[in-house]
Amino acid sequence: MRDPRTTSDRNRAVFAAGVLAFTVPVLALFNVEATVFGVPVLYLYLFGAWGALIGLMALTARRAAGDDEG
Amino acid sequence: MLAGWFIFAVGFAYVSLLFAIAYYGERRADRGRSLIRNPSIYALSIAVYCTSWTFYGSVGRAAAGGVSFLPIYIGPTLAFALWWFVLRKILRISKTYRITSIADFIASRYGKSMVLGGLVTVIVVVGVMPYISLQLKAVSTSFKVLLHYPEIVMPAEARSVAVFGDTAFYVALAMSAFAILFGTRHIDATEHHEGIVAAIAFESIVKLAAFLAVGVFVTFGMFDGFADLFTRAAARPDLARLFTIRGGGGYVQWTTLTVLAMAAIVCLPRQFQVSVVENTDERHLAKAVWLFPLYLLAINVFVLPIAFGGRLIFAQGGVDPDTFVLTLPMAGNQEWLALFAFVGGLSAATGMVIVTSIALSTMVCNDLVMPILLRLKRLRLAERRDLSGLLLAIRRLTIVLALGLGYLYMRLIGESYTLVTIGLVSFVAAAQFAPAIVGGIFWKRATLAGALAGLVLGVAVWFYTLLLPSFARSGWISANFIDDGPFGLALIRPYALFGLTGLDEVSHAVIWSLLVNIVGFVGVSLVSRQTAIERSQAVLFVDVFRGSEGRSRAWRGSATVEDLHALLARLVGPERADRVFARYARVRGLDLARTVAADARFLQFAERELAGAVGAASARVLIASVVEEAPPGIDDVMEILDETSQAIEYGRRLEEKSRELERATRELRRANARLQELDRLKDDFISTISHELRTPLTSIRSFGEILADNEAINPAQRREFLGIIIKESERLTRLINQILDLAKLEAGRMEWHMVEIDPAGPIEDALAATSGLVRESGIRLEVAVPDRLPAVRVDPDRLVQVLVNLIANAVKFCDPDDGWVRVAAAALDGFLTVEVRDNGPGLGAGDQSRVFEKFQQAGDTLTERPRGTGLGLPISRQIVEHFGGRIWVTSRLGEGATFAFTLPLANARKRAAR
Repeated sequence: MRDPRTTSDRNRAVFAAGVLAFTVPVLALFNVEATVFGVPVLYLYLFGAWGALIGLMALTARRAAGDDEG
Repeated sequence: MLAGWFIFAVGFAYVSLLFAIAYYGERRADRGRSLIRNPSIYALSIAVYCTSWTFYGSVGRAAAGGVSFLPIYIGPTLAFALWWFVLRKILRISKTYRITSIADFIASRYGKSMVLGGLVTVIVVVGVMPYISLQLKAVSTSFKVLLHYPEIVMPAEARSVAVFGDTAFYVALAMSAFAILFGTRHIDATEHHEGIVAAIAFESIVKLAAFLAVGVFVTFGMFDGFADLFTRAAARPDLARLFTIRGGGGYVQWTTLTVLAMAAIVCLPRQFQVSVVENTDERHLAKAVWLFPLYLLAINVFVLPIAFGGRLIFAQGGVDPDTFVLTLPMAGNQEWLALFAFVGGLSAATGMVIVTSIALSTMVCNDLVMPILLRLKRLRLAERRDLSGLLLAIRRLTIVLALGLGYLYMRLIGESYTLVTIGLVSFVAAAQFAPAIVGGIFWKRATLAGALAGLVLGVAVWFYTLLLPSFARSGWISANFIDDGPFGLALIRPYALFGLTGLDEVSHAVIWSLLVNIVGFVGVSLVSRQTAIERSQAVLFVDVFRGSEGRSRAWRGSATVEDLHALLARLVGPERADRVFARYARVRGLDLARTVAADARFLQFAERELAGAVGAASARVLIASVVEEAPPGIDDVMEILDETSQAIEYGRRLEEKSRELERATRELRRANARLQELDRLKDDFISTISHELRTPLTSIRSFGEILADNEAINPAQRREFLGIIIKESERLTRLINQILDLAKLEAGRMEWHMVEIDPAGPIEDALAATSGLVRESGIRLEVAVPDRLPAVRVDPDRLVQVLVNLIANAVKFCDPDDGWVRVAAAALDGFLTVEVRDNGPGLGAGDQSRVFEKFQQAGDTLTERPRGTGLGLPISRQIVEHFGGRIWVTSRLGEGATFAFTLPLANARKRAAR
């Protein structure tokens, strides 16, 4: 069993990354009137970051499932 | 052309399929092979979050605002990223304390408060009603749009259609039937509605598949992929504008909607129902935590393409963007795809309506109606025999009412608003629970007063800034107050409260309502105090992972097991009550048949069991109705006192127990000593008897042997020896008789022939019997006995025996040279006193009591030849005491001895008896 604090920290980190990705300073970076392969940059960024966040969550959740008690 | 009856038949077939799936799910559950015990099914059921609001409304919102619909789905993803801290904790708390709904959860946390539970329920009912009506409206609209296939005609207002011609009406009917059938099977609201969860999971698949199908068709069938679609949109300035978030207001809206959705995924009653109440295994959360956001991502990928596609294709306008999902396939002449889209929207709507109505029914029943009914003493509900029927009836009625009200709301108000706006009104209402919930599970100091204040303030602002203006927009009340403020007070205009402008109305409402909510919650919590039960509930909730289950606030007082069982049986049925009690007895190792009083722990167990059926607040009231509880005084002091006094009580009981033990030990020791003494006495008795018997036997045998061996013994000596043998034999006989007498006396088997008699007679008999002895020893006998004496009640033979004994003893021990014995009798003070006095050597003080014990003779038995058997006096004592008298001796060494006894006179005895 892993140290439950590691699980907590990892979850906190993922959440923080999510908040960072979807709030103003970072969000504003991609809020531009440009397209990549014809698709607006903002749309690509939002769905890409969303997918990446879900991937991170899947990783930490799987690890956490091993050591359930916190 | 899609005929109305055909669309209706497809819808009917789809709903029938739902019934079949739900039925199958229940069957599987009954056979113990659960269909829903699976993390993927669990994640799909959470996707009930995506209602027809997602299915139709997201596109509508995207068509007008670009990505502004996305926070509604990114918010839940962020909330799930925090699952380890929030969702997992809520789940554990709810499972541990058998929470049945969000109202129950909040009420439990704040001291099982009925007021708070009721308030939450009312807010939910008011807040969620528009949301239900929204689903009905979506179904009704999509049906009417599809009806005109292949023409694309926007439907007229629903008000123009008769109720019985309205699809939404039949949908509402079917949904209430479904919810009643599969949602109110069990009385225990914490039991899983397996059929419904299975059907909801199925619906999630259908709506996702339908939406993806439409998305793929629009993107790749009507356009040439994403790039083509967006490039063509970019050419139109009004659409290119939607590619970015607009300025400061856009960011604020983005952020507030994200926060709002984060709160909603936890606080919406239907989300609480599927993700907490219907959860079968806490471990499923770890998978759902990324699977559900993935579902959200998937269902949103094609929202923007469909929105832009719609705006490009229906460039001339006249088509409501909320219907693009349906009208685009229609425009592409894909009737089957359009039908599929209709079914997808139907599934999105029905899933939400079913789960919400069940969650509502539990809440209204457990947290609103039951507490009120239980409070109404006149109904004497707590004494009713069977309440389970009533509970179910309330829940069923609630479902029908909720759907009826939802339908009514749609007919009266719903037409004036777009889908997304109606949905957001509900979201903001639900978000008001977030401070109380999140604060409740992390902050022990959060008080009931704080939660009430926060909720009331937040909801008041919500009502004023969002709901009231929505009424105004529907034309129910004058819209003037929106623009000018009520009574012309511009400062408090509902869409620009205190001059906060530049925001859309929802962001505005979210910011203000959550602000006052949080400030009220935290502020009032800081200045108010918790009652004892609030404090213990707070600890239980916040420290749920520390296994503090056992520290729950105990009931002070107790109830009988019988009452408790009767109570449980009334609410959950007798069989279940039996099972529950048996389980408790097994765990605690109790024998129920012999347990009369239910202690605090038992009460707590029963309360929790009951909470699963009627909610925490009602359960507490119901248990209180059977418990004889001392009412708590000043709560704060009581809490401390309670803990201390429990410790003291515990210590006191321990002390009592140890004292009891000590007492028992002492008694045991005494009993043991007595037994040992008796054992020793018995040994002594036997050895003494053998000794006493051997003495005469030895002399008989010795003289017998001398006589047998010496033939030449002279006749005089022979006669002397034979005399000794005869005397010793007599002594032996006497001894044996006396032993038998004593044994009989001691065993209480002596036969007594009690008569009332003048004691002078027996005294004379005794003197006559001993006259030979007296003459032989040549002593002087003085007799001072009156001719007549008052009667005594005795056995005359035994009285003679006593007297003979005493006289023979006196003769034996009196002075050998000038001996005299004096026998005197007199009646005095209700007693007859008889004295026998001699002038023998007398008795020492030690011997005076010893002579009445068995085989104890005065003097040294080792050096002197015993002059008696040592049994005469003990026998005399037994006899005198049996007659109710007393025997004693007074003497001084060298001055003779006086043996005396008293007997109660017969008439004195009668008088005493009277």
